[in-house]
Amino acid sequence: MDTESANRGLSARGLGKRYVQTEVLVDFGLDVRPGEIVALLGENGAGKSTVSSIIAGVIQPDSGHMTWCGRPYAPATPGDAIAAGIGLIHQEIRLLPDLSIAENVFVGRLPARNGVVDREKINSAAKKQLRRLGLDAPPSCLVRMLRVAAQQQVEIAKALCLQSKLLILDEPTAALGADETDRLFSQIRRLREDGVSFIYISHRLDEIPLIADRVLVLRDGRLVSQHDNAQTPIHVLVREMVGRNVDRIFPERDAPQNDEALSVKNLTAADGTFKNISFNVRRGEIIGIAGIVGAGRTELMRAISGADPITAGTIKVDGKIVRMAGPRDAVRAGIVLVPEDRKLQGLILDHTLANNIAAGNSDIFAKNGWAWPGKIHDFAHSAILRVGVKGDPDQRVGELSGGNQQKTVIAKWVSRSPRVFILDEPTRGIDVGARAAIYDMIANLARAGAAIVLVSSDLDEVLGMSHRTLVLSRGRQRAILEGAEANHETVINLATT
Amino acid sequence: MKRFFQFGEAGGPFIGLILLCVVFSLASEHFLSARNALNILDQVTVLGILAIGMTAVIIIGGIDLSVGSVLAFATMTLGWLMRDGGFPLPVAIVLAILAGGGCGVICGLFITIGRLPPFVATLAMLSGARGLANILTDGRQIIGYPEWFSELATVRHFGFLSVTMSVFIVLAILGWVYLRFRAGGRNLYAIGGNAEVARLAGIRVRLANIWVYAFSGLLAGVAGVALAARLDSSQPSAGFTYELDTIAAVVIGGASLSGGKGSVGGTIVGVFIIGVLRNGLNLLAVSPFVQQIVIGAVIAIAVMMDTLGRRQRG
Repeated sequence: MDTESANRGLSARGLGKRYVQTEVLVDFGLDVRPGEIVALLGENGAGKSTVSSIIAGVIQPDSGHMTWCGRPYAPATPGDAIAAGIGLIHQEIRLLPDLSIAENVFVGRLPARNGVVDREKINSAAKKQLRRLGLDAPPSCLVRMLRVAAQQQVEIAKALCLQSKLLILDEPTAALGADETDRLFSQIRRLREDGVSFIYISHRLDEIPLIADRVLVLRDGRLVSQHDNAQTPIHVLVREMVGRNVDRIFPERDAPQNDEALSVKNLTAADGTFKNISFNVRRGEIIGIAGIVGAGRTELMRAISGADPITAGTIKVDGKIVRMAGPRDAVRAGIVLVPEDRKLQGLILDHTLANNIAAGNSDIFAKNGWAWPGKIHDFAHSAILRVGVKGDPDQRVGELSGGNQQKTVIAKWVSRSPRVFILDEPTRGIDVGARAAIYDMIANLARAGAAIVLVSSDLDEVLGMSHRTLVLSRGRQRAILEGAEANHETVINLATT
Repeated sequence: MKRFFQFGEAGGPFIGLILLCVVFSLASEHFLSARNALNILDQVTVLGILAIGMTAVIIIGGIDLSVGSVLAFATMTLGWLMRDGGFPLPVAIVLAILAGGGCGVICGLFITIGRLPPFVATLAMLSGARGLANILTDGRQIIGYPEWFSELATVRHFGFLSVTMSVFIVLAILGWVYLRFRAGGRNLYAIGGNAEVARLAGIRVRLANIWVYAFSGLLAGVAGVALAARLDSSQPSAGFTYELDTIAAVVIGGASLSGGKGSVGGTIVGVFIIGVLRNGLNLLAVSPFVQQIVIGAVIAIAVMMDTLGRRQRG
């Protein structure tokens, strides 16, 4: 390795961190040279976030040391890291929604003139960085008004305004569709030309060869391999991440039954995000919904599950029309939703598994309205066993891994034996090993006779899991493809035109 | 069994209450006696009744600033109906309690249909209900209750329990059972934990909100009647700033103002901590101004210990 350029970048040696009982990071070393993109891979809990938190000053290592630009680097707070030119961009966007783009970019250090915030200055400086990223929203626009992809660019612009020379991107594409991902990549490449380095954390392995210069793989807090060439085949990376062979990720699908479970006709959203959507799902059938971000996928799912109002169209379960005044009507009719954001919409993180699983199900387990603690516990326990959540009914849901949290959301519904499962991004932010378990579970639900509607930004997932694929584009239904005709090319063509 | 009798979040405050009792027993010879214990129970009755409703409100992530004013409105309604309206007192009692419930329903509708934050909706009711309480008699007190009415608060049956104290105890038990063992009560925790999660799970969030504020208003009505019996009169200034003591009791008892957490058991401990402090400091002839400072310190310490304890565990 070229030691001189390594000296100008970030270098870490012997980093270790342990919490009470577990070592989360052991003897970890890494070098990031200026203008280099280093991908950090690993399953959830492998230690990726520990590494990024240490580098960004969020937590302090128990052992080891770092140098940055040739000087010792030991940030005690995120402020120290930012001052040194290292920025962390979180998976969950952390902007202030009711402030403007420019105010968000300059939050905490708004420049003043005569004691008044110098709006002209922040607007022009923010505009410069936004243009550098190819985002043409006006700097005075409220962040609330922006789409997720644009909000993320504001985060990056904020880091650039802080003169960051190293950006840590944690799952930046988790909420992005295909073309936003492309745009993000070209921005990252442009910044790399300017000498900005990146540590890139992602679960989407297919992105790695497109964006990374080098790849590090972590497992159980240890560095298991380094590839100086990002063209390493995906199956090799997967094997290193999980420590075993994962050949067949998607489970076998049985043929659907003949009777229709869900029938949606001419459905139109009250806010116009989708129009005239019609499709049927048979018992045991998995229908995938494909489309880029903004195509109206989540909105459609929320409408079918009663969460958002519709202005026209009908929803039938087993041939009977469901009158939807709210999610309660959908649940009672047998349509359940596993929502897009499990932490904000699916689970109460501060409550126990038992309470989460019991919430809303008292009509099933509570006789005459009595919700005895023992009843709740048993109800939750049997759901946990059926779905295979690794957790105890008395444990807080927030302590579980992402995969087990997602299983808990599903566990909440299995005891109702719903006719229709609506799964919106069921594997977002979940690592490879745990994904396979979720896929198996989905296939089992279908086998047991449920109709499944599956939304995912991961096209492989949609194609690998579904019997049929419905393609949405700008709120319109483009086609319903039968298994054989659905492939990457046909879907992307329909979704992007 | 452990799950059934979970002290859980109220364990710390309970130990605090015991310690307070030990300290006051050592400091004052008058503190530790059956008579004084009943005095304390009598003194906390009104606060305790209000705090049961406030516990439910805080569990769903709300706040009810109007309870003191609604109490005053109910107590004045009671006297006004009896004296000026000519209603028999038992009927007036029922109507006064319902008047309190009506105020609660209005708060609930402001919050659910009008989309007002609970703080604002109940702040509006704090002002409005106090105004109504004053309008009924143009700000004058009402006296002249029959003897049997004031005896509800003064005559101690079986040698120790007055009717008002028993009402408090029964309501506390009902509240505890409802929140702990009824499906409807468990749903309140889900709503407070995350209202959107609860809604998507099919729980009727709006309806539950209206009920909870109605319940808090009804209990403020009951408290208004109990206070009238205790004072043998209705004062339009009754219950002034009681909402703050009530919130303090609930929070000392381990509830979280962000919702999803709390229990009637904890609240009762909180109520008694405030009651024992007042009583003990009075026995020691500590000035009321110093008492305010001590209660402020206790609120801060109780919540701090709770938060720090949780951080250590987590």
